[in-house]
Amino acid sequence: MSFLPALRALLLACALSFLALASAGAQGLDAAVERFKADSFSDTEAGIAGVAASGSPQGVAILEALLDRRLFAGAPGVFFRDKAGQGFNAATGSPATVPAEAGMVRLNNRLRNLVQAALGSMTLLSPDPAQRFRAAEAVFKSRDATALPAVEQALAKETVRNVRRVLEEARAAIILSTTTAPEADRIAAAQRIAEAGDNDAVAILRQFSAQSTGGLKAVIDQGITAIEQAQRIRAWVQTVWFGVSLGSVLLLAAIGLAITFGVMGVINMAHGEMVMIGAYVTFVVQELFRSHAPHLLDWSLPISIPLAFLTSGLVGIAIERGVIRFLYGRPLETLLATFGISLVLQQAIRTWFGPTNREVSAPSWMAGSFEFLGLQITYGRLWIVVFTLVVFAALLLILKATPLGLQMRAVTQNRRMASAMGIRTRFVDAMTFGLGSGIAGIAGVALSQIDNVSPNLGQGYIIDSFMVVVFGGVGNLWGTLVAAFTLGIANKILEPFAGAVLGKILILVLLILFIQKRPRGLFALKGRAVEQ
Amino acid sequence: MSFTRRGVLGAALGGATVLASGYRPAFAQAAPIKVGILHSLSGTMAISETTLKDVMLMLIEQQNAKGGLLGRKLEAVVVDPASNWPLFAEKARELISKEKVSSVFGCWTSVSRKSVLPVFKELNNILFYPVQYEGEESERNVFYTGAAPNQQAIPAVDYLMSKDGGEAKRWVLAGTDYVYPRTTNKILEAYLISKGVAPADIMINYTPFGHSDWQTIVSDIKKFGSAGKKTAVVSTINGDANVPFYKELGNQGIKATDIPVVAFSVGEEELAGIDTKPLLGHLAAWNYFQSVKDPANEAFIKAWKAYKKSDKAVTNDPMEAHVIGFNMWVKAVEKVGTVDIDKVIDALPGITAPNLTGGVSTMLPNHHITKPVLIGEVRADGQFDVVWQTKGLVAGDAWTDHLPGSKDLEADWVTLKCGNYNTVLKKCG
Repeated sequence: MSFLPALRALLLACALSFLALASAGAQGLDAAVERFKADSFSDTEAGIAGVAASGSPQGVAILEALLDRRLFAGAPGVFFRDKAGQGFNAATGSPATVPAEAGMVRLNNRLRNLVQAALGSMTLLSPDPAQRFRAAEAVFKSRDATALPAVEQALAKETVRNVRRVLEEARAAIILSTTTAPEADRIAAAQRIAEAGDNDAVAILRQFSAQSTGGLKAVIDQGITAIEQAQRIRAWVQTVWFGVSLGSVLLLAAIGLAITFGVMGVINMAHGEMVMIGAYVTFVVQELFRSHAPHLLDWSLPISIPLAFLTSGLVGIAIERGVIRFLYGRPLETLLATFGISLVLQQAIRTWFGPTNREVSAPSWMAGSFEFLGLQITYGRLWIVVFTLVVFAALLLILKATPLGLQMRAVTQNRRMASAMGIRTRFVDAMTFGLGSGIAGIAGVALSQIDNVSPNLGQGYIIDSFMVVVFGGVGNLWGTLVAAFTLGIANKILEPFAGAVLGKILILVLLILFIQKRPRGLFALKGRAVEQ
Repeated sequence: MSFTRRGVLGAALGGATVLASGYRPAFAQAAPIKVGILHSLSGTMAISETTLKDVMLMLIEQQNAKGGLLGRKLEAVVVDPASNWPLFAEKARELISKEKVSSVFGCWTSVSRKSVLPVFKELNNILFYPVQYEGEESERNVFYTGAAPNQQAIPAVDYLMSKDGGEAKRWVLAGTDYVYPRTTNKILEAYLISKGVAPADIMINYTPFGHSDWQTIVSDIKKFGSAGKKTAVVSTINGDANVPFYKELGNQGIKATDIPVVAFSVGEEELAGIDTKPLLGHLAAWNYFQSVKDPANEAFIKAWKAYKKSDKAVTNDPMEAHVIGFNMWVKAVEKVGTVDIDKVIDALPGITAPNLTGGVSTMLPNHHITKPVLIGEVRADGQFDVVWQTKGLVAGDAWTDHLPGSKDLEADWVTLKCGNYNTVLKKCG
């Protein structure tokens, strides 16, 4: 890589002064850590710079501790704890107990960026590839010219492909932002950054587009256009993915209702509360795990699924036996009664668990995201989509391939005939309602991951659930599936143009128009069942 | 049914402490002074308002333990407007006409305050309103102990524009679609433009109440933030919608060090129920944080934890506002020696009461109070680290200086006797 000699000399000088400081390391470090005692952001800033410049062996440990809130300063000195909780004296690096009067050194976001940048330059040559990767990313962000020699050195011996890529990008970012660097180098750097093609890349290019002229500007603008074009295509794929993800949540919330409302014809306004109960079961299970078996916390969600199904199912059966069975064939009264039940359940939960949100944490396998075709896909959403499809398939199987499913269909299609054939219709009614409610409970387990676990959880989903079932066609599970994904994707297509509020209104208007045209929904049931 | 079970219980508790602290004959003769508490105990707002009711009960209990007020016992009258705005007006009427309360502490949402306003004006009573709000109002019967926009929103934006705040150049104003975020964002937009921010560098976004699918909006914010300028989000997103919002930010990899979010409606109470991992480093602007080191605050937290019988009980900004408001009311009543509404209203401006962050707040002639503004950073235990605060106390401004319609308006109930005096036309209203 050709490079302006003057700049190289400058950087060499920087590196030399770096080394010179390192020889006087201990003293520089002493003075630097002293600054942490002041508990003012400007002193802490000086301290960070001092620790980074000291070249001391424990510098990295000190800055990492600072970032993780493990650095303490006070009259007796400056101390840090390592990840295992062992205390050290920051100035000497020797083990020490952290005195109680030493307070934690505070940071703000600006200083956090500085610490990350400093750590980046210091750990570029770390033996751990993950740390090198983080370091390269930090340098890419900070674009600190003094880190260039270290980046070059790291690049020379880097073998891991991922780290190499980020290092190259980091070097390009530094060169592009060094206005004294030769034009040819900066153009090459701009091209290298444009290749990265992500949001960070376009952010850097945009920043320099305005300040540069001639050939460099042309290359930068070309890069920006290329990235923007790629992003436009990606945006469509992303919209579809967001729609699928929203659709899966809608389907999950509506699928239980497809049984109680769709198959049985009961307008169950307490459906949302069944979802809420499922979410609270998840909370209780997780609390129990937290206090009794913290190491199994990641398993609390799978274990909550059957428990939520049973709890919500039993509550559902109790509601059916206690109230709804007296009201079959009287939809208005059913609507009012179940609405009342929903209020009772909400207030019961509020009195029992309190009105505030309850924490349900995400298991480690649901946290974070990965990149796929340039799309950021979050694990949580992906799992919910998968989970929804599994629940849907299981429900379909129950209805089509089990005796209970057969009886359910028989009873809902012709109650008297089914009864004459020896089916205990009342028992089947209770079981059907229980099944629908239980599935709602399972939905609550998944929704606890993306929404608040509060007494109001269910309210947010009841309208959407009815919308999905009515749109899909009452009594048709496949219709519910198609409706949920259609509404999800339509919503996400409308949202960027119309905004979230207007988007929702538009969807409702479109739905009303659709129902005018096809009162029985997308997939209308035909035959005798319709007559009832 | 004004005597809810809790109300009776509260009164009984109050009575019990009084008996324990020594029998005072005055109590037996004079009728108790009734204080109305108008906070939702059921419905969507119960999440925020229930604790405010408890704080009031505790304050009244403490006052009774000190010997009551004017030698009379204080009695709390608790009603439940159930997050239902018209019911707020009905319950307010019930408190004033039937219970004959001497003042009311209540409301959270602006729409509930607007709903009770005509009642308070018609029946002439006092309302202490403890929540940060959009301003643009000053009524004779209402005392606003929460923050006006210049005591929360404007300083927060100033902080983000400062060196320590990251020198933000591009702004996302995200809010829930109702009056408080819309007015606040209108003020902020005007303010930012007056500070030289180009309109293209401001993105305004509204979402419905309880919005839970933030994927599109967060990815829009991410895209908006990739213009090569430091971007910050000012969030007036209300209560429940916040958790999924922050979760989505975390999921899509937006860190506070890249795009900080400063929230006006996220406090300790809201954080108590959620996984704080995705929020670390994000900011909130308030006039009080539980983590503030101050003897008065520590005493209050201790009393609150003892009252709630829970070590996990948290305190928050609107609770502090009620503490200040209640103490100011007590002082004003003691000053005039009566609970007569008109006399107390006239006595309140100028009354001072210590706040819980080490200062002394004053009730201003415009019925707002002076408060410090603090910027806090979310930490792992659901508390905030104060990273910045105003030098002294900021006086609440009822009518913002940044909107053309209200620039010339002034509220002064002492000399002008007017809530919206126009300084250009030189007349009231």
